[in-house]
Amino acid sequence: MNAVTPFEGIGASVKRKEDLRFLSGRGQYTDDINRPGQAYAYILRSPHAHARIVVLDTAAAAAMPGVVAIYTGADTAALGSIPCGWQIHNKDGSPMAEPRHPMLAEGKVRHVGDQVAVVIAESRGQAKDAAEAIQVEYEVLPAAATMAAAQAPGAAAIHDGVAGNLCYDWHIGDKAVNDAAFAAAAKVVEFETTNNRLIANAMEPRAAIGEFDSTSGDYTLYTTSQNPHVIRLLMGAFVLQIPESKLRVVAPDVGGGFGSKIYHYAEEAIVTWAAGKLGRPVKWTCERTESFMSDAHGRDHVTKCALALDANGKFLGLRVHTEANMGAYLSTFAPCVPTYLYATLLAGVYTTPTIYCEVKAVFTNTVPVDAYRGAGRPEATYLLERLVDIAAAETGIDRVEIRRRNFIPTDAFPYQTPVALQYDSGDYTATLDAALAASDWAGFEARRQAAAAKGKLRGIGCSTYLEACGIAPSAVVGSLGARAGLYEVGTIRVHPTGSVTVLTGAHSHGQGHETTFAQLVADRLGVPVAQVDVVHGDTAKVPFGMGTYGSRSLAVGGSAMVKAMDKIIAKGKKIAAHLMEASVEDIEFDRGTFRVAGTDRTKALAEISLAAYVPHNYPIEEIEPGLEETAFYDPKNFTYPGGCHIAEVEIDPDTGHVTVMKFTAVDDVGRVINPMIVEGQVQGGVAQGIGQALLEAAVYDSDGQLLSGSMMDYCLPRAEDLPPVGVATHTTLCTHNPLGVKGCGEVGAIGSPPAVMNAVVDALKGYGVRHVEMPATPQKIWGIIHAGQRLAAE
Amino acid sequence: MYDFAYHKPTSVADAVKILSADPDARPISGGQTLLPALKHRLNKPTAVVDLSGIAELKGVKRQGDKLVIGALTKHMDVANSPEVQAAIPALAQLASGIGDIQVRNRGTIGGSVANNDPAADYPAAVLALDATVVTDKRRIAADDFFQGMFTTALEPGELLIAVEFPIPEKAGYAKMRNPASRYVMAGAFVAKTKSGIRVVINGAGPGVFRQADMEKALTANWSADSVGAVKQSADGLNGDIHGSAEYRAHLVTVMAKRAVTAAG
Ligand SMILES: Cc1cc2nc3c(=O)[nH]c(=O)nc-3n(C[C@H](O)[C@H](O)[C@H](O)COP(=O)(O)OP(=O)(O)OC[C@H]3O[C@@H](n4cnc5c(N)ncnc54)[C@H](O)[C@@H]3O)c2cc1C
Repeated sequence: MNAVTPFEGIGASVKRKEDLRFLSGRGQYTDDINRPGQAYAYILRSPHAHARIVVLDTAAAAAMPGVVAIYTGADTAALGSIPCGWQIHNKDGSPMAEPRHPMLAEGKVRHVGDQVAVVIAESRGQAKDAAEAIQVEYEVLPAAATMAAAQAPGAAAIHDGVAGNLCYDWHIGDKAVNDAAFAAAAKVVEFETTNNRLIANAMEPRAAIGEFDSTSGDYTLYTTSQNPHVIRLLMGAFVLQIPESKLRVVAPDVGGGFGSKIYHYAEEAIVTWAAGKLGRPVKWTCERTESFMSDAHGRDHVTKCALALDANGKFLGLRVHTEANMGAYLSTFAPCVPTYLYATLLAGVYTTPTIYCEVKAVFTNTVPVDAYRGAGRPEATYLLERLVDIAAAETGIDRVEIRRRNFIPTDAFPYQTPVALQYDSGDYTATLDAALAASDWAGFEARRQAAAAKGKLRGIGCSTYLEACGIAPSAVVGSLGARAGLYEVGTIRVHPTGSVTVLTGAHSHGQGHETTFAQLVADRLGVPVAQVDVVHGDTAKVPFGMGTYGSRSLAVGGSAMVKAMDKIIAKGKKIAAHLMEASVEDIEFDRGTFRVAGTDRTKALAEISLAAYVPHNYPIEEIEPGLEETAFYDPKNFTYPGGCHIAEVEIDPDTGHVTVMKFTAVDDVGRVINPMIVEGQVQGGVAQGIGQALLEAAVYDSDGQLLSGSMMDYCLPRAEDLPPVGVATHTTLCTHNPLGVKGCGEVGAIGSPPAVMNAVVDALKGYGVRHVEMPATPQKIWGIIHAGQRLAAE
Repeated sequence: MYDFAYHKPTSVADAVKILSADPDARPISGGQTLLPALKHRLNKPTAVVDLSGIAELKGVKRQGDKLVIGALTKHMDVANSPEVQAAIPALAQLASGIGDIQVRNRGTIGGSVANNDPAADYPAAVLALDATVVTDKRRIAADDFFQGMFTTALEPGELLIAVEFPIPEKAGYAKMRNPASRYVMAGAFVAKTKSGIRVVINGAGPGVFRQADMEKALTANWSADSVGAVKQSADGLNGDIHGSAEYRAHLVTVMAKRAVTAAG
């Protein structure tokens, strides 16, 4: 019956609507926006990791040509602290240390790149010239670039009143039960590792424009954000005390975020506040070098863990001790990443009956660390999947077999883990088998020998992972310390002639929402994708929303749209019943058509919407005119995508260079709305995962200088570093949201790093290697091979 | 960047006139090095003299037993030149592997040689092929031209006009790239020339240098195994987060072997 051709509903690879504007250079990014009379802000940043500001003299700079104003911490000290959105409690129940995070440094700088002063001038060049004329005298203090240095006895305090530079000391799980499991184990496998610190490097650097209308008292902030409503709340309520009704936040086209654009940054508050003071718009655009030292970084865990096994390789217990680097200040969601997005994921796809995890979060003199694509789940997955491979090697059980023996079986759902989460669905054997087949795992030995004949070391590795998306429900996360709800909002506006505008609180910065969400409407309401517009990223247009991160947009935002569409359909049925003189109970709706059941009497959606807006013949006593509905959807649970990733690598033993030859991803992301977009999301995630495994590392020297502070030294993956990535899906439906969807935005970055590293270790097995730390750079691999050769020679 | 005056002369004579009148003026060719430096405010020239309008600086010519490449010839044009591909294929291959496609379409041989970045490609070829650097004032032998990190025999205001490459009997080039910047981490250019066998190492040290032991080994026996038996000392080599001096020293031998294999 559904005659929409070509089919554009759920399951169709509709081409991305937004790409025409992106690919033809007609996107509208924050820096493309220019407001009449705008001035330009330049931020003077600290060259030191830790220093007291002894002299800060702006007089000479203020007299420079074009300077409008210069502000320092003295001017903003009365304003609020840049807030943290999640409060963790220590083992003893006391709250975490939450030191003030000033907009501009107040007497002290705590990382290279910390904001010291802002110069506002008629041009960017003049602002920079004046910044060079600001006199700053620093008293350099000892810096702690690593967590070890920050926790060393006698380490300098980064914040007054934060003893030992410790933000919190948290744990989850029953330690006594866990200890007992280890005491009874036939085998214990121990493992220590560092999860390398990463810098997101979204293609579009951050930017912000603040504007103030003195006649109305209205502020507007244009910003590169993944969640404009959250920025409005955090900046308006906590930093600048501007009521929501007087503050509009617009996040227009945003060129990638990967988490780094979730947070409320000082620069947003600075331009908004300065616009109010100066009565003219103030624009700030981050430069790439600046973004290396001011965008939140990701990962940076140091972990010791142990796995207890019985004689058959069944996992009996997991014990984890992690130190997580917070950087110099708490970024918006930093505290929850190594706790509720990490420790709760340590069961993975396995039936491990007891898990105990303690996490110490530590302040250091480095850029704040927060969520980065995957946020906690890549760290958990990497730990677990490397540990399982090591356990396989040390028990002599095949690495695929040991996984199978420990999988949560398909009849165990809903499955309660020992670390709080309850999984609703999954089939880990199915995704594993599909990936083994697609990668020709069985035929690998021949490829290893062929590579050996060319003098190359070939290895293969897999990871069977699980993650949690669409963080939820609000009541639960609230009890765990979240200072916000985690629902989403969707409005469906059916126009008089039947086209549709969708307003969503989710935000698209590369994910293709304008297409996927339109497909939901096409599928349910039968409106062609071309007649569905998706509006997002503007607090003045969209009622409310929590934004996009944690692969939540479809599972949570899409569910809100479905609820709103259900309200549209219910109202439409009443109108249809009136027009066709039937009873509401007899009206059926299927993709655009209302029908009196069992008859050929029908009304199209457009006829219903026209009647709703031109209510000449309308049940006006019963229902209001118009056809627009809003729904808030609060998820009942996380969703649990999972799957299997397999990497095959070749190592050149002469140089240590690792090439990923082949990559296979079989993911269960729940129902697939647009397979092409899913494939793109997985491929992008895998590219970032390969980046973490082989290439990327944010490196500080012992003084806290960022050695990898530009593209010259921070190695992002290039096309030539990436193999063909085979993507397939195997679906089990999410059982608790109306679409059955799970999320696909992060699976690629979560499943891939351990698959690559397991392959690297496999390739090096002739050299007695137990583990290789990420990133597996040529120098590192050469060092291992070289040491192995020396050993063999001795 | 800071403000500067901009000139676009159409002849070498005019360019030299502007440059010699103002010691703080700088020539710009492809801008692939100078522009980033200006944007980072690492340089404050009073004037920038754009050489791109000078036709006489562009192009590749075969002159008897040598190739003459104009200073303003882009990497891409050297890589794709039938003359270069026929006479010195290793040089065409080197040019085709510099940076990325955008850089190759802007960067020039003159800018690269004048800049003498220790991690650059061209200086290795210029020194290994015993080339002559031609300036507006004189002819400089490659052995005298490169004087360590970012330093050359060029005097302030002196313009590089062309590089003359004698055509070797055979030559080969191999390099290991820095994983992040993709500049050279260690490379070797080997050549059998009229003046003997030359082996030049780039990327590994503070400047390009001839590897005397490798030259000796190859003179005795031109083979990958022969050069592969020569160990490079790590003393004085560069070390950074991507490669220690020891790792670079190891790579030098690996790249020299590969360069000999490539030369045939
Ligand atoms: C992303 C990136 C990657 C790169 N990767 C590599 C690489 O892998 N290998 C490599 O070798 N190079 C690499 N480069 C450098 C590039 O190859 C350029 O060749 C190099 O920057 C210099 O050439 P140019 O024409 O751009 O010179 P410019 O930037 O214009 O000038 C460089 C310097 O030379 C001076 N100069 C220019 N022309 C003359 C002249 N005729 N006479 C005297 N002085 C002159 C200028 O005043 C300036 O000091 C890379 C550059 C970038 C931006």
